[in-house]
Amino acid sequence: MRRSFLKRSLLVGAVAALPLASWAQLTPYDFESRMGMESHIGKITGHAKDAKADYRRYCVSCHGELGDGNGESFPWVDPKPRDFQLGVFKCRSTPTGTLPLDEDLFDTIARGLDRSNMPQWSTFTKQERADLVAWIKHFSPRWVNEKPGTPIQIPPEPEVTAERIKAGRDVFARVQCWKCHGVEGKANGPSAATLTDDLGRPIAAFNFTEGARPKCGSTDRDLYKIFMTGLDGTPMPSFADNIKPDEAWDLVFYLKALEPQNSKEKALAKQLGLKPVDPNAPPPAAPQ
Amino acid sequence: MKNQWKHPFSVVLSIVVLVCCAALILGREVRAAGEGKISGTVKLDGTAPHMKGIDMSKDPYCVKAHANDPAHLETYMVGANGGLENVVLYISDWSGAAQTSTTVPVFDQKNCMYTPHVLPLETGQTFKVTTSDATAHNIHPNPNPMTGNIPWNQSQPPGAPPIEKSWKAPEFIEVKCNIHPWMHGWHAVVKGPYATTDSNGNYTINNVPPGNYTVTAWQEAAGTQAQKVTVAAGAAATANFTFKAK
Repeated sequence: MRRSFLKRSLLVGAVAALPLASWAQLTPYDFESRMGMESHIGKITGHAKDAKADYRRYCVSCHGELGDGNGESFPWVDPKPRDFQLGVFKCRSTPTGTLPLDEDLFDTIARGLDRSNMPQWSTFTKQERADLVAWIKHFSPRWVNEKPGTPIQIPPEPEVTAERIKAGRDVFARVQCWKCHGVEGKANGPSAATLTDDLGRPIAAFNFTEGARPKCGSTDRDLYKIFMTGLDGTPMPSFADNIKPDEAWDLVFYLKALEPQNSKEKALAKQLGLKPVDPNAPPPAAPQ
Repeated sequence: MKNQWKHPFSVVLSIVVLVCCAALILGREVRAAGEGKISGTVKLDGTAPHMKGIDMSKDPYCVKAHANDPAHLETYMVGANGGLENVVLYISDWSGAAQTSTTVPVFDQKNCMYTPHVLPLETGQTFKVTTSDATAHNIHPNPNPMTGNIPWNQSQPPGAPPIEKSWKAPEFIEVKCNIHPWMHGWHAVVKGPYATTDSNGNYTINNVPPGNYTVTAWQEAAGTQAQKVTVAAGAAATANFTFKAK
């Protein structure tokens, strides 16, 4: 009885280890086997095989034949093109360490990534974009072996108030966003200069004060998602365990008050005469 | 009540269940008694490399924490008689079942360093990441996603709750904090029983069933060395390793 159980668990283990062994090195053969990959964006179904021509025409020079971000433009491009084989993506609505939703990739293609060589691909039809999402997915075995993460819950956006902006500043101080982003959001915090991405390449913290669009979108919901999911592959962590959903909106409002664009948040912060956080103040205790 | 015992099937079934349970319990005891262990010492041959001091001036909290105990790199931790600390020893040809370890090891962020510097783990074993510091950290393990271990990155400001995680596949995973770039540790994920060396370089791998094994010693900078050992029932096998100082 015991022995047979042992045998069975060994067998299960061996079968489970098979896909791991096959990940050792990716070859075009692996991609071919995943050519049936699909994406689902609302009512649209994208098919990887239909995106082959578009990818070769528009994407291959940076992202490369094998999707590893090693296209012929690689040496001249900074930030470097994404390696699709790793299946690690910045812009997600899912928790850190999980695959993004198809919609996340779909939106990223259309939005482009500000301050990088990735333009806004608004020229594609929705069908073409959905096909490209499926194509991106066929490069990584992760899309066969894992499901996308469960998207984070975002409560409806509350009304902006002066109290909320002030509370947002307290969150900014408590979780120490300023360590990298600086007390005024100028990306000049004490740790900003030494930041590197997962591949060891230097990377800059986001500067809120120069009017740039964040890479993963500039709507209030986008800002919310950025710090509650983290930007995987970069130093930006997820704060989901340490910022409550309601506080997260407070922080969004405070971040908007740091931006140079005129906004209700900025006007309210000005009225309040809100000062930047003091980096030398003892860190406020975490709420129990 | 009496009716129940009239069914021969239920009687047979309960006897079978009882016998099975007894066999399982006895089997386990026999197994525990028959298990051996592997122990030994890992040494560094030659002069221990100088471990540079760490400049923590970017965070006054960290500087204060090390006011009386200057921080230095932990790549080579060499004790008395050349004993090498933080070497992970494991059975690289382990084909047995997973060790159902119920202990949850802790990887703590303390005084802007990782304690322990090297955390040995079995695949699937739950571990906890905690912070004892009054400054914010982000904990950012960087495995190769091709192995099945997926990188993640979470913040731990002062007073943050522990994070519980596990790793799917064997791999030596580098862990960093982007806020404090000197913070550098390892999650050594292996299959089967494991041990790490203490400050004198000594180790013992417990719960090894009798058999022939390859014991591998892994040191973050010196690499790996392997040896064949034979473990007899209830006995201790010895495997000593010596790494050359570079």
